Amino acid sequence: MPRQLRSTDVVIVGMGAAGGVAALPLAEAGLDVVGLEAGTWLDQRDFAPDEIRNNYRDWPMLVKKCENERPTSRATSATNANRVGGHPMMNAVGGTAVHYWAQSWRLNPWDFQVVSETARRYGRSKIPANSTVEDWPFGYDELEPYYDRVEREIGVSGQAGNVSGNIDLKGNRFEGPRKRPYPMPPLRWTGFLETMADAAHSLGWHPFPGPAAINSERYDGRAGCAYHGFCSKGGCPVNAKNSPHLTTIPKALDTGNLRIVTQAHVTTLEMDGEGRVTGVNYVVGSEEYFQPAKVVLLACYTYENVRLLLLSKSSAYPDGLSNNHGQVGRHYFSHHQGAAVSALFPFDLKSWYGLPAQGVAIDDWADDNFDHAGHDFIGGGNLWVMSDRRPISAASMSTYGNGRNWGSGWKQFIRENADRSHSSYIQKTTLPYEDNYLDLDPMVTDELGLPVIRITAQFKQNERAIAEFTQNRMEEWYREAGAIEVTRGGLGNSMGISTHAYGGTRMGHDPETNVVNPWGFSHEAPNLGILGASVMGTSGARNPTLTSQALAWRSAAHLIENWEDASG
Amino acid sequence: MGHGMTKNPQKKSHPSDGPEQTTSKITRRDLLKAAGAAGAAALIPTSLKGTSSATSPILDGAMRGSAAMPPGAPLMNLTARETEILAAMVDRLIPSDKLGIGALEADALGYIDRTLSELGPDSVESYRTGLAALDRYSEYTRGARFIELSERDQDSALIDVQTGGASGAGVGFVGSSGSFFNMVKSHTWQGTFGDPHYGGNREFVGWDLIDYPGVRMRVTEEDQEQLEAEELEPERRSAYELSMFRTGRPR
Repeated sequence: MPRQLRSTDVVIVGMGAAGGVAALPLAEAGLDVVGLEAGTWLDQRDFAPDEIRNNYRDWPMLVKKCENERPTSRATSATNANRVGGHPMMNAVGGTAVHYWAQSWRLNPWDFQVVSETARRYGRSKIPANSTVEDWPFGYDELEPYYDRVEREIGVSGQAGNVSGNIDLKGNRFEGPRKRPYPMPPLRWTGFLETMADAAHSLGWHPFPGPAAINSERYDGRAGCAYHGFCSKGGCPVNAKNSPHLTTIPKALDTGNLRIVTQAHVTTLEMDGEGRVTGVNYVVGSEEYFQPAKVVLLACYTYENVRLLLLSKSSAYPDGLSNNHGQVGRHYFSHHQGAAVSALFPFDLKSWYGLPAQGVAIDDWADDNFDHAGHDFIGGGNLWVMSDRRPISAASMSTYGNGRNWGSGWKQFIRENADRSHSSYIQKTTLPYEDNYLDLDPMVTDELGLPVIRITAQFKQNERAIAEFTQNRMEEWYREAGAIEVTRGGLGNSMGISTHAYGGTRMGHDPETNVVNPWGFSHEAPNLGILGASVMGTSGARNPTLTSQALAWRSAAHLIENWEDASG
Repeated sequence: MGHGMTKNPQKKSHPSDGPEQTTSKITRRDLLKAAGAAGAAALIPTSLKGTSSATSPILDGAMRGSAAMPPGAPLMNLTARETEILAAMVDRLIPSDKLGIGALEADALGYIDRTLSELGPDSVESYRTGLAALDRYSEYTRGARFIELSERDQDSALIDVQTGGASGAGVGFVGSSGSFFNMVKSHTWQGTFGDPHYGGNREFVGWDLIDYPGVRMRVTEEDQEQLEAEELEPERRSAYELSMFRTGRPR
């Protein structure tokens, strides 16, 4: 029998990017909040600038509940699923935001209205037939105040492109109108980034510095970025990367209303006969606990949100919690992070001291920012050129066809070219499709014997067409800046496991096609909220974290305003 | 910020370009015969070790288990015979040549040994199987053990292994021979270009080879401008010489 704990108002499963943000408004409102976190507290002393530690041994991500429950994947239901590769998602107070790249974008207005805007401009038939994409239940303007709030609470640096309709070409002219500029100026550029921006201007494009949840200057008592070059998969030794463990969580703890239980491995949610959630079962070591709560907020990564629902069965929910309409796991999609383009330059880029969030963005080819009349796809890609290099990865670079990658000839090549290669990052629209979904793997289990998630998902014609189109744009850009060699990755097939995974508990008005309502609460279990990118119905062409944080704040605010109803 | 993009046509002189070339005092044969981290470490003259092993607790820790062993001893995780095959392979991957010393002198072998202790028996077994298969492949196709082949034949055998061409030869590669090659290559690169804390990149030879400007805790805009003007002096230290950091796995 699990040990029965004292009941609380709200339990949040996962103290990561979304749960760690939602905790603050709830605790400030005076609710008793318990945060269950599978990982532990890490601090700046754990974050040595050490490439072997961060990028080859994955030591920052060591608390590996995430690793043990890593999904299997396959392209289609006609093939067997395999478990391949590692996964950088981690368990810790702050979650993967401890070591993420911290690019902190708002979605563009088009992303909220893909169906209606596409139908209006090109006709409904432009939307791929097999796609299950819907408009969001609200537009960009509804989320703007929450974007604004989170940008200030955690600290986001960037260059505004549209303040209340006034376009500033130093920023992104395609962004939705914001009430205020960013609370901090953008991260600085290097000479190479200036060169790339100049090349973009010569092509008639609109380059701008991307937004980052990284301090470009001292903010809220924490230091500005040190540009030391070990940001990718590394925690920040000077506390300039604005993970919730440094920002919203300490403030929530200061209210006295948040209590965090670390190394708490949540196994299932409990429900009563009427379909209300009653609390959460978790394990610490070999001890089992039941934490009763009036409201449960599920705030894990997409795969674990879906898995916990499917694992939590009862008479009211025979196919899994909140799954009586068969929508849990549906409308799954992930960013197409492959199809990369790399280039070799005839000069050193001096990019040793940078970070993945320091760079030049091009949004001209994203979303519906260009006329798609002559193209056989909808959506597009955001082109990102960053400054990020470390010695082992530099020495492991492609030789761009100049002989084999070892031996004396290679030594000569690498001595000349270690700092001359660049790989771009192109985030692209991915649509949800009828036959792309998550379910429980019938064979593979975690260390507790519980099935892991199985991903069945494939990039389709629309995604592959975007990949090719954006690769062409990227090559143009590199060539304009003086690249002498350009290589491209494949256009993509199986989606595999992703750090930008969306859907599975989609948000929308219609319970027949969505798991949560427009406020992020279950259509079926009214005191269950779901936080994170699993509620998002479109991907945008940019990182999901800030949007999931704005949505989390909005769900928390809604819960506070409707506490009497929600807590039943 | 200025561009500072002009390529300096003549790279800065390499530490081992000068007359006092490290390897001149140690023959290649000595290193390969010594066969292993122990040998490589022991054979580097004391004067060239700088102050690191004598005064730095970090580097002392890094070399524990290798420097203390007598020359010629095998790696902790491999037999003497396996160690000498691995040494010969690593020596071909990043050789010592006119551009400077290579992976053996960087003590990539010591790094691999410590990494195998960290990774455990499955990885040790992958090395053992692969090294034995490489040796058999050399005998079957080139008539001699790998360490007895000419450098040219060693390279051509390694190309077969890298490309997967040796997989089907019935010499004992598990799966593609390319997987074995890539594993050794990846560890050799880590042991040559990674932080010296883990026992490799001795005397920062890897970082010197690629002109890595070094580990710094804060890089100011002025530092970046100096880097772009080719005026920034390289920093040569392990991250763990900055005393604030915990070593090893997080709790």
